[in-house]
Amino acid sequence: MKKKALKELLLQGNEAVVEGALRAGCRFFAGYPITPATEISEQLSVRLPQVDGTFIQMEDEIASLGAVIGASLAGVKSMTATSGPGFSLMQENLGFAIIAEVPCVIVNAMRGGPSTGLPTSPAQSDVMQARWGTHGDHPIIVLCPSTVRECFDLTIKAFNYSEKYRIPVILLIDEVVAHMREKITIADDETIDIVNRVKPTVPPEWYIPFEDTPRGVPPMADFGEGYRYHVTGLTHDVRGFPTSRPDEVDAFIRRLFRKVSQNFADFQIGEHYHIDDAEVAIIAYGCVARSARRAVADCRDKGIKAGMLKLNTIWPFMRTDVEKVLRQAKVVIVPEMNMGQISREVKRVNKGSAKIFTINRVDGTIITPQEIMGRIKEVF
Amino acid sequence: MAFRYDIRLSGSGGQGIILMGIILAEAIGIYDGRYVAQTQSYGPEARGGSSKAEVVVSDRQIDYPKALQLDLLVAMNQKSCDDYYMDLKPDGILIVDSTLVRQVPVSRAYRIPFTRIAREELNREMVANIVGLGAIARLTPIVSAKAIESAVLGRVPKGTEKLNRDALQAGMKAAQKMKKIKFPEMTSELVDEDT
Amino acid sequence: MIEVTKLIHNYLRHDKKFPHVWCPGCGIGIMLGALIRAIDHRGYQKDEIVLVSGIGCTGRLPVYVDFNTLHTTHGRALTFATGIKLAKPRLKVIVVMGDGDAVAIGGNHFIHAARRNIDLTAIILNNSVYGMTGGQYSPTTPYGMKTATSVYSNVEHSFSISELAVTAGAVFVGRGTVYHAKLLESLMEKAFQKVGFSVVETISHCHTQFGRMNRMGGAVEMMQWQRDHAVTVEKAAQMTEEELKDKFKIGVLIDRNLPPYQDEYDKIRRWSKGVERK
Repeated sequence: MKKKALKELLLQGNEAVVEGALRAGCRFFAGYPITPATEISEQLSVRLPQVDGTFIQMEDEIASLGAVIGASLAGVKSMTATSGPGFSLMQENLGFAIIAEVPCVIVNAMRGGPSTGLPTSPAQSDVMQARWGTHGDHPIIVLCPSTVRECFDLTIKAFNYSEKYRIPVILLIDEVVAHMREKITIADDETIDIVNRVKPTVPPEWYIPFEDTPRGVPPMADFGEGYRYHVTGLTHDVRGFPTSRPDEVDAFIRRLFRKVSQNFADFQIGEHYHIDDAEVAIIAYGCVARSARRAVADCRDKGIKAGMLKLNTIWPFMRTDVEKVLRQAKVVIVPEMNMGQISREVKRVNKGSAKIFTINRVDGTIITPQEIMGRIKEVF
Repeated sequence: MAFRYDIRLSGSGGQGIILMGIILAEAIGIYDGRYVAQTQSYGPEARGGSSKAEVVVSDRQIDYPKALQLDLLVAMNQKSCDDYYMDLKPDGILIVDSTLVRQVPVSRAYRIPFTRIAREELNREMVANIVGLGAIARLTPIVSAKAIESAVLGRVPKGTEKLNRDALQAGMKAAQKMKKIKFPEMTSELVDEDT
Repeated sequence: MIEVTKLIHNYLRHDKKFPHVWCPGCGIGIMLGALIRAIDHRGYQKDEIVLVSGIGCTGRLPVYVDFNTLHTTHGRALTFATGIKLAKPRLKVIVVMGDGDAVAIGGNHFIHAARRNIDLTAIILNNSVYGMTGGQYSPTTPYGMKTATSVYSNVEHSFSISELAVTAGAVFVGRGTVYHAKLLESLMEKAFQKVGFSVVETISHCHTQFGRMNRMGGAVEMMQWQRDHAVTVEKAAQMTEEELKDKFKIGVLIDRNLPPYQDEYDKIRRWSKGVERK
């Protein structure tokens, strides 16, 4: 009994994020208290010092992400966690992490907005903010779990992508998943792939810190290891020095995009549930994907050919998978706890073959399976 | 259709409703080995306000994590009883803390004074939630007495084990005295609404 | 002269990013000179120094020097520096900021870094104005002065960066001017030697914007103004309040010992692993 209890844990989504982060090698956390993300701070304040890591509670979310970027530049895997209002404050330094290509992970436990909104109620309304919240053209990677297990797995993935591509990765959790407890099994001997940033192997005088490589990702030197280089939020040349030469600016911005776009296939995490022969397809993510799964099962019991594409990768948008669904299904339903953010993307990639319907809920409660069933009956 | 059992525990903030949900989920999930999903909703208040914890039990991976129609409703105050009794299935079980719930809208309900038992027998009103868990283990088929005891002892602060074990026992004893309610034979499956 | 050439060759990225962005006669170059001499005098390895800055004229300073250099977002330099120091305590982290950077947009970070006693040296160049954006008033623009956004007059009251740092908990606070370059250098050296949050406020001038708008003359006249209005802490102790009315103090304003954040946090690490508290 005791041995079993050790392996099987009843964890909250937020707690599973903590477990995932520690497994991934995260050793620095800076944050500011905010519902519904505080459990991540609280647990890491206990766990990080035990593994010689560092936890610090900063004066605000701007400072939190600043400290996270600083720690990452010094060579330590770092993260922060927040919710909508704090995520708004982080947009400034999020842009810095993108332009300076500093790996870090930002958890946004989504609650209702705008502004202070609904502090203790769920929403999925930060999908577009995660994509375009910071100013300027930029790529971004955003992952979204819908189970406690996925909170664990996707946190590790988030760190791995972040290190591999030198880009901040955002984990969008909705309040339901953040606070939901489920049983998960974390075996001690579980083999989990951990990716670490590639460091320069050339002597310091040969090091060109932002040079283009076939992968589009330059090797990253930690501060204090002999590679004295310049990191700036200004648009910079391959040596890291500010530039406004159009040819250098263009090459730099395009490389930022290319390092994500040319590895597009690496970011496609999703789940196909009865989708292959589905006539009515639901495209869902986060907690709503659970309601959709239930609706699909109920439909199948009634003989309706329903299916679901669950998006775990929100950005870059899973265009290939979505297009396949759009080609095949007669009707596509996109239920979201916002006024229509992912549905805009689905409509964008639709070339006119499928009818797209939305379910939008903005009252701080989860979309139920019955609502999805009801919509299916209406439109199919 | 997969087996599914929906539980809602409700009351006011400070009564330990969410801890009750966590312990119940842990008992069923970890110690009895079933699938569980536990969710909650609460207001900004740490004390007062309303508090609700839900546990969904299944024999396979759970999709929709919130309670749909209730197999079990535990109401620890009048407001939550009034708010939620209509979500019960026809054969769903209602358990109320009769210290605080004076008016029970349905006849088929177990009335046990959890708070009074906690206050008078255990001298600690705060263990009313654990008394409630004891009653749940006796009155419903969803969790075993052994599992609930292991889960309680695994979650409560060190040094309070005896108090909590006593509270659990008191709840079980109080439930033992209850006359089992007989439910009419009927299907509990969700059916299309006819209007 | 030979000494200067040696320093230039050793510490400046002389073959890369010159000429610099600063106006002829700007005080930032004098501050940079003092900074490099102080670092050289302390004998730090270039690899162990991280120079962090925010935005503005002063924010451009790190790009010219051959350390680990980080040019962050406006006002946030101290937050990045906090992360670097805590992640790698062996590094010597120095933060350079302007007045707007440090105490307007970054004011909150400034007082909290001081309160936590993060082991950093903050060097703040105070020229009473936002120079890079064209001379708008800052939190240190004196009452009654003209700037690009106070063409009638500045009706806000300025505050003192150094006194703010003392109150917020810095273990060392010194104030110098770019006129008193030798004093500035020695204050920086003292600050580097302290363990904990140390501040060196550098009074400088922006003749291009502030001086022009207030008819204060060029760089030379504004440096003469510094000479005439600065009073050493020692001398100020002998003076009446009336005599000190339009003066400012230079020298060491506070020098005290408090445990730095990283030492306190090491205790947390030990306690978290079950080591008994004494």
